[in-house]
Amino acid sequence: MSTGWGRNRALLLYGLLSLAYAFLYVPIVVMIIYSFNASRLVTVWGGFSIKWYGELLQDEKVLDAAWLSLQVAVANATIATILGTLAAVVLVRFRRFRGRTLFTGMIAAPLVMPEIITGLAMLLLFVAMEQAIGWPEGRSITTIVIAHVTFSLSFVTVVVQSRLAQMDASLEEAAMDLGARPTKVFLVITLPIIAPALLAGWLLAFTLSIDDVVISAFVSGPGATPLPIVIFSKVRLGVSPEINALATIVVALVGVAMAIAGRVMLSRDRDERQHSTTSPQSV
Amino acid sequence: MTALDRVARRWGRLIVGFPPYVWLLIFFLVPFLIVIKISLSQAVMGIPPYTPLLEWGEGAVLTIRIALGSFGTLFSDELYAFAYLNSLRLAAIATFCCLLLGYPAAYAIARSSHSVRNLLLLLVALPFWTSFLIRVYAWIGILKTEGLLNGLLLWLGIIDTPLQILETDLAVLIGMVYSYLPFMVLPLFATLEKMDLSLLEAAADLGCRPFQAFISVTLPLSLPGIVAGSLLVFIPAVGEFVIPDLLGGPDTLMIGKILWAEFFDNRDWPVASAVAVAMLILLVVPVMVFQRLQGRATEGTR
Repeated sequence: MSTGWGRNRALLLYGLLSLAYAFLYVPIVVMIIYSFNASRLVTVWGGFSIKWYGELLQDEKVLDAAWLSLQVAVANATIATILGTLAAVVLVRFRRFRGRTLFTGMIAAPLVMPEIITGLAMLLLFVAMEQAIGWPEGRSITTIVIAHVTFSLSFVTVVVQSRLAQMDASLEEAAMDLGARPTKVFLVITLPIIAPALLAGWLLAFTLSIDDVVISAFVSGPGATPLPIVIFSKVRLGVSPEINALATIVVALVGVAMAIAGRVMLSRDRDERQHSTTSPQSV
Repeated sequence: MTALDRVARRWGRLIVGFPPYVWLLIFFLVPFLIVIKISLSQAVMGIPPYTPLLEWGEGAVLTIRIALGSFGTLFSDELYAFAYLNSLRLAAIATFCCLLLGYPAAYAIARSSHSVRNLLLLLVALPFWTSFLIRVYAWIGILKTEGLLNGLLLWLGIIDTPLQILETDLAVLIGMVYSYLPFMVLPLFATLEKMDLSLLEAAADLGCRPFQAFISVTLPLSLPGIVAGSLLVFIPAVGEFVIPDLLGGPDTLMIGKILWAEFFDNRDWPVASAVAVAMLILLVVPVMVFQRLQGRATEGTR
């Protein structure tokens, strides 16, 4: 009787799990299917067609915006990773210094700050700065990057911080004892160990930036419009098959990237396990 | 350590700490001071559209003009209070639904075999890496009056006339649950995975029924995950703008939407700033205090 009940419970559990996955994926699948719909209407299937992809690739506004978003995302991810790593080193390695409470507060706050407040605050800062010192002139790629770095650097810090805290500190101490300078210790010992966290932080900052609507809406201008803003203004007017095509491309790119990342992680996992089981002496 | 070493160490620390510290001071702290400042000034036509707070008058007399009018507006017009309460209400319901849907999912993933677990986790995280905007947009085609859901329900004969779902609070709730579900599942999974299963065996040996064991062992142990996941869903949901704007109707009042409208449509910067300050005081500060207390509590138990 108990096994029967157990099996029922497992069935119920996996039923609920499938429900959650269905909820997550049905809208995406629907969008992909309708990106190949020849008809402009959602409810009508007008036959298979790839014409929306063609139209998308000829839409210069979308292409320009995509290029801008890519530049912003790369610049943002790189700056945020550098600053976020420095901040993580400060938080983990420097136990006591003046202004630590303020610093931890400023790292934690962007994580819980509604985007709309951050966006408003950034724009008001840029306006005040332009009045006071004449820089930055208007809204441009510079203001977008600054605003994005400010909110994504905290996420990088959190990712790097946890890796740094888990790291075996005796490795650093050994290098120090052998006479290496702190900079060298960091570059030769610490950096390679926390590298996976840096990569994860970079990707996270990249994604946050390329996906951001609300903050960009405040700090972008007519001369510099990132892709999400272009999509948002199109979508506000209703369903557009072009956006379905764009969404399909995004999902395909992310899917491929995730598959590669998963593969790499899996093979490294296996390598590590083999190393630790076959040759414990060599470690 | 020689004195020279100590000086070098001090400088080294300064060089490492300086860039992120100064960046956050200038681009994070100062903007909030500016928001507070503008919330205390008056709206005028012009560039920038607000009155200065400090002014050097004739004979170098510094005048400070504080206008509490914007905050007065927030209190006198009940639209703002209603929008704020409605944001809290919708965010709370969305958080609860995420918990109902996410807990069994996280539980099932945590108890699945090692080989499929990574794949299942990857599938939860995948939507997060794709565009949030596009995923919200996907629901428009499904929920609108002539959309897929109504088409399906009509075809099945469950309803005779299409339901108005898009442009209602229900659509906003669906959008929120959909967008934030991964944020609930991942922390729940993290705590459920770490759980010591021998505790459940012990409970069973002592004659505890599975359901009872779940209530008295698993649920309390997963409380940190429940709290973390709920915060990750609730906080962004309260300040959400994109979801109510795309899926909600004109009478879906949410505080993020109000701020947007005051700033972009009415160009009333002081009132928009006052809304932001009110949100900070009523939402962000309590959350940060709560997190600090919780952090201290977990440090204490360690």
